Amino acid sequence: MGSRMNNLVTWIDARFPMTKMWEEHLSKYYAPKNFNFWYFFGSLALLVLVLQIVTGIFLAMHYKPDGERAFASVEYIMRDVPWGWLMRYLHSTGSSMFFVVVYLHMLRGLMYGSYKNPRELIWLFGMIIYVCLMAAAFTGYLLPWGQMSYWGAQVIINLFDTVPIIGPDLSLWIRGDYVVADATLNRFYALHVAALPLVLLGLVVMHILALHEVGSNNPDGIEIKQHKGADGTPLDGIPFHPYYTVKDIVGVGVFMIIFMAIVFYAPELGGLFLEHDNFTPANPLVTPEHIKPVWYFTPYYAILRAIPPLPLVDQFSGVFVMGAAIVVLFFLPWIDRSEVKSIRYRGTAFKLNLAMFAITFVVLAYLGMSPAEPVLVLLAQIFTVLYFLFFVLLYLISKSETGVQVPDRVTWQ
Amino acid sequence: MRKIFSLLVVLAAPAAFAAGGGEYIQEFTPDTTNKASLQRGARLFVNYCMSCHSAGYHRYSHLARDLHLSERQVQENLIFTTDEHGAPTKPGALMVVPMTDNYAKQAFGTVPPNLSLVSRARGASWLYSYLKGFYLDETREPIGVNNTVFPDVGMPHVLWELQGFQAPVYKTEMTEGGEIRKIERLEIAVPGEQSAEEFNGTVADLVNFLVYLGEPARLERQRLGIWVILFLLVFTIIAYFLKREYWKDVH
Repeated sequence: MGSRMNNLVTWIDARFPMTKMWEEHLSKYYAPKNFNFWYFFGSLALLVLVLQIVTGIFLAMHYKPDGERAFASVEYIMRDVPWGWLMRYLHSTGSSMFFVVVYLHMLRGLMYGSYKNPRELIWLFGMIIYVCLMAAAFTGYLLPWGQMSYWGAQVIINLFDTVPIIGPDLSLWIRGDYVVADATLNRFYALHVAALPLVLLGLVVMHILALHEVGSNNPDGIEIKQHKGADGTPLDGIPFHPYYTVKDIVGVGVFMIIFMAIVFYAPELGGLFLEHDNFTPANPLVTPEHIKPVWYFTPYYAILRAIPPLPLVDQFSGVFVMGAAIVVLFFLPWIDRSEVKSIRYRGTAFKLNLAMFAITFVVLAYLGMSPAEPVLVLLAQIFTVLYFLFFVLLYLISKSETGVQVPDRVTWQ
Repeated sequence: MRKIFSLLVVLAAPAAFAAGGGEYIQEFTPDTTNKASLQRGARLFVNYCMSCHSAGYHRYSHLARDLHLSERQVQENLIFTTDEHGAPTKPGALMVVPMTDNYAKQAFGTVPPNLSLVSRARGASWLYSYLKGFYLDETREPIGVNNTVFPDVGMPHVLWELQGFQAPVYKTEMTEGGEIRKIERLEIAVPGEQSAEEFNGTVADLVNFLVYLGEPARLERQRLGIWVILFLLVFTIIAYFLKREYWKDVH
């Protein structure tokens, strides 16, 4: 039996680099041994991506991308399709949990300087994944064709209207109609189920290939490849498989417990994951009292609303600043000029700055969910300034930072 | 100081769920595990609501299954409509109403909404308070009633036989803009068949049913969830010990 198996492997290896790939990316990919809690979120993001694709396929079997029938088809899935409700809740909870995981994954990158030389491209691929993920979430949110789907899309697509000169034509081109309508729904469906998942999968492959080319960073921010043993493998590295596969499975277990607790006991999560207004079918004639995006977009939405219209460019000022809030993240590897990677060995100023940034992001998320009361808009303006101040301070602080001496080898902390 | 105070008030207000009628909302926690209550609610729903409102995303047969009723019981007690050939509607059909949108517009000025999802859009407390919130208001022709949580609603007081009619008791409040007259509470002016307590139970049954109707999967997910989570707990514990075993040789 064993030799037959070996024969099969040999047969395949002569035709396809199966063993080679397995070794390169798993059994002989040496990862630092000192990964901590923050290093679960990469594999969890991959897990959620697979979950979204699989549940999405089953939903697509019953969903109708048609302005007349979309809303009813979702209810058909929820009521008449066997286990349809489970697929739908897994998918809707999955979209929010995807962002939870990705935000924590990105914060990890900031904490341990994972975007620094030689990992700039990993960060850039990651940022493109993040933008694609936002596009996937946005197009997907239109599909249930509820009031918030409809008006959320209306508001966001209207943002493109404000772009100088080409704006009106651009938004018309995106919508395929003068208002959000059947044409919009149909094209968003195409983007959501075909175009964006394809791009996402490709980018994830590039993200991981780039990572495996240079090797993983770690909580100490030390390159483990600088200390190799006699066999040529890093002294502080352990093969990803089986060490990190078994460890990540524990992370998957804990994550799934939280995930399933939401799916089975609070699928709406108090209106955060599934908004109450979205249980009313889309109606172009009735504008909801309070239009707001889902929580993962609200930090940017708060920034958008915080910026007043300016002469000449009118509303484009807000759109521009909101766009800048995302674009600036792409430049992090060059804004942060410190040689030291990990927060453990960086100065107090950096630590305070990063803590403030994390708080700012959460506060902006809250403000973006709340109605645009004058006091809250003022607060949003203050926190918008704080958001960008993080990058300015980071650039200044990181030039000549005095931290703690970085150890030679990785530590267990 | 005032600015800080108003800021605190705004921050403390729940961000989501602004269905209106705020101060007249009475907290209500639905209970969809009580099958008898759901069955009573279903009967109330088809008798009082479904003359005008549809529940058009749901099927009678599905309701029968979830509420532990036989299809025959449903056919005999809950289905009052016929199909286009005059034959009684089949249990496999969607719970729609025969009233056309045009007729509804003439009668009520608006089409009564499909109630399949009203509990998810409005919330149980809102529905509970709304159904108890009708009071006499002569200025409102022709229905003669108004509602505390949904002012100027087009719907008449459908449950009047049971509750009777309530009259408002006003209070005056001083505000920055002067005195305003506000409804303090509602009192029974014309008694109905049920006492206030019985009527609370009736509305509770109806709201429980509406909560079920909004999300029929609720019954199943709450039953299943615990097993899924228990499985994952066992899985995680085993995975943890597996990890510890493997990591023994990492120093």
